[in-house]
Amino acid sequence: MSGMSDLLRDLEHKVRDLEQTARKTGQNLETALAPLREEVAKLRRAEDDRQTGRQAPEKAGGERWERVGLARHPERPTALDYVERLTEDFTQLHGDRLYGDDPALLGGPAVWQGIPVMLLLQQKGRDTKTKIKRRFGMSNPEGYRKAMRLMDLADKFGLPVVALIDTPGAYPGIEAEERGQGWAIAESIQRMSRLKVPAVCAVLSEGGSGGALAIGVGNRVLIMENAWYSVISPEACASIIWKDAAQAPAAAEALKLTAPDLLELGIVEEVIPEPAGGAHLDKDAAAQALGEAVSRHLRELSSLRAEELLAGRAERFRAMGVFEER
Amino acid sequence: MALEHFFRRSRPKQQAGNDLPDLWTKCPACKETIYNKDLDANSWVCPKCGHHLRLDAQQRMDVLLDPGSFEQLSGRVFPSDPLDFVDTETYPERLERAQAKTGRPEAILTGRGQIEGVPVMVAAMDFAFSGGSMGSVVGEEIARAAEAAAAADLPLVLVAASGGARMQESALSLMQMAKTTVALEGLHAKGLPYISVLSDPTTGGVTASFATIADVIIAEPGALIGFAGPRVIQQTIRQSLPEGFQRSEFLLEHGMLDDVVDRREQRAYLARLLRLLKPSARQQGGEQ
Repeated sequence: MSGMSDLLRDLEHKVRDLEQTARKTGQNLETALAPLREEVAKLRRAEDDRQTGRQAPEKAGGERWERVGLARHPERPTALDYVERLTEDFTQLHGDRLYGDDPALLGGPAVWQGIPVMLLLQQKGRDTKTKIKRRFGMSNPEGYRKAMRLMDLADKFGLPVVALIDTPGAYPGIEAEERGQGWAIAESIQRMSRLKVPAVCAVLSEGGSGGALAIGVGNRVLIMENAWYSVISPEACASIIWKDAAQAPAAAEALKLTAPDLLELGIVEEVIPEPAGGAHLDKDAAAQALGEAVSRHLRELSSLRAEELLAGRAERFRAMGVFEER
Repeated sequence: MALEHFFRRSRPKQQAGNDLPDLWTKCPACKETIYNKDLDANSWVCPKCGHHLRLDAQQRMDVLLDPGSFEQLSGRVFPSDPLDFVDTETYPERLERAQAKTGRPEAILTGRGQIEGVPVMVAAMDFAFSGGSMGSVVGEEIARAAEAAAAADLPLVLVAASGGARMQESALSLMQMAKTTVALEGLHAKGLPYISVLSDPTTGGVTASFATIADVIIAEPGALIGFAGPRVIQQTIRQSLPEGFQRSEFLLEHGMLDDVVDRREQRAYLARLLRLLKPSARQQGGEQ
């Protein structure tokens, strides 16, 4: 990682040199300087993240909250960043045939590292405009109903389902409630539990509650190293308990929502390692790790018959929970 | 009988407020003070304004089932604290308080019973216990009730009353949504009816799982039913919510419910419906 700090130092020198030249000669070098300055800022942020990331285990109180920060990093790869790197011929199929086309939950057939699949993905925007359009990855009922329609197609054509989860939660809006947000999520959970084809899910960044589980009923559920998956967001949890969303770091600790926590609780099968400092520092490497893991699980499941897949998925979720029998 | 004692004492006191003796309850809707005996005889529906008061799980069984027909199934599984969850107090402290208040180990009561002679498996959530929230035990009891119903060829009637999945078990609570869903499959496989009765309030992870994938979904009048809570929605959209939003009648109008059924008519409604859906239920009489 010293390579990155070196690069940062070099760039900072270059910016200073150019600024001096500009002052001395009176030339306008802003067109050259702007992208360099941006690059420096980006590297500095990354370097900060890397350092806090390395310090995290010692700072016992804040490790989980720092991971939540990484999961929400502005440069964090989105589902489509992974899809662009890992699939060919992704053909997006729109609409739920009932009301509309949800921009936060996308899907369609694609070839995943050589394996034909039905892709479902939750997509946050990549800039302010698309973030607003995609409601920051929060679906209305149309999204889950589109997912169910695509699951029907997956079953019909024998395509395994790959679900990439990245949502702060289902959208809390008037129209969402009018059109049965709870109903849509419940039905999607049920529809996915009935898939006759293999289903591999991966939580990419945020796994927010029922909105995530709606496409999270897989034979295998994987999670990126710096993603979180929980029944409630740390902010919402903090507002309920302490009446103060600013207590979110404490809520994150209490909720045990990080990838290692979930592996320990048996909620996920595997944690997919990210490049040091987070997936945003090397999107290609992050994609490679995700691609390899999903493909491996798809291959492992490919020999199972429909009944085995159904039973295996049902048993996986039926066994969830911790209690005492007296 | 120790349990009985708990209910008698805690229930009217809670609803009555300080200045009223245990024999009276103030209707939260019309503020009329009503004799508990009259409320009880009226299925805890306010005789003045028709408001449906919240019931605990035992009261629910009393209102729904033929007298003396209830045989309890739940009660052997107890909550634990897998996450060592601590906020303003520890999770075990919260659980103890809820257990002392309600006299039951968790926010659910399940068992067999009869509705106008029709044998059923029945599950009632208990809002008095931690807001009826669903953690591992509630999920497990619902799953077991569904499986027991399938094994005994009985229909399942489930009464929801819940703020949603329980925070203190985090992702484990979330997984109960999928667990209860897969456990209901046996009923579908055997062609047994699953009827969901939504009561005030039913929100969050319960609305987004077992409560809304029933064959028939009915609700009590005026019940708050939704996925996101009204406060969360208001914070998101920053405008006031429409009149009657997320109430039973609103949901019926939007096609989300099969009907809104007055509590005093639910027994007759359910018995009729079960006989219509599963004519063999007619002959089963009382021996199931």
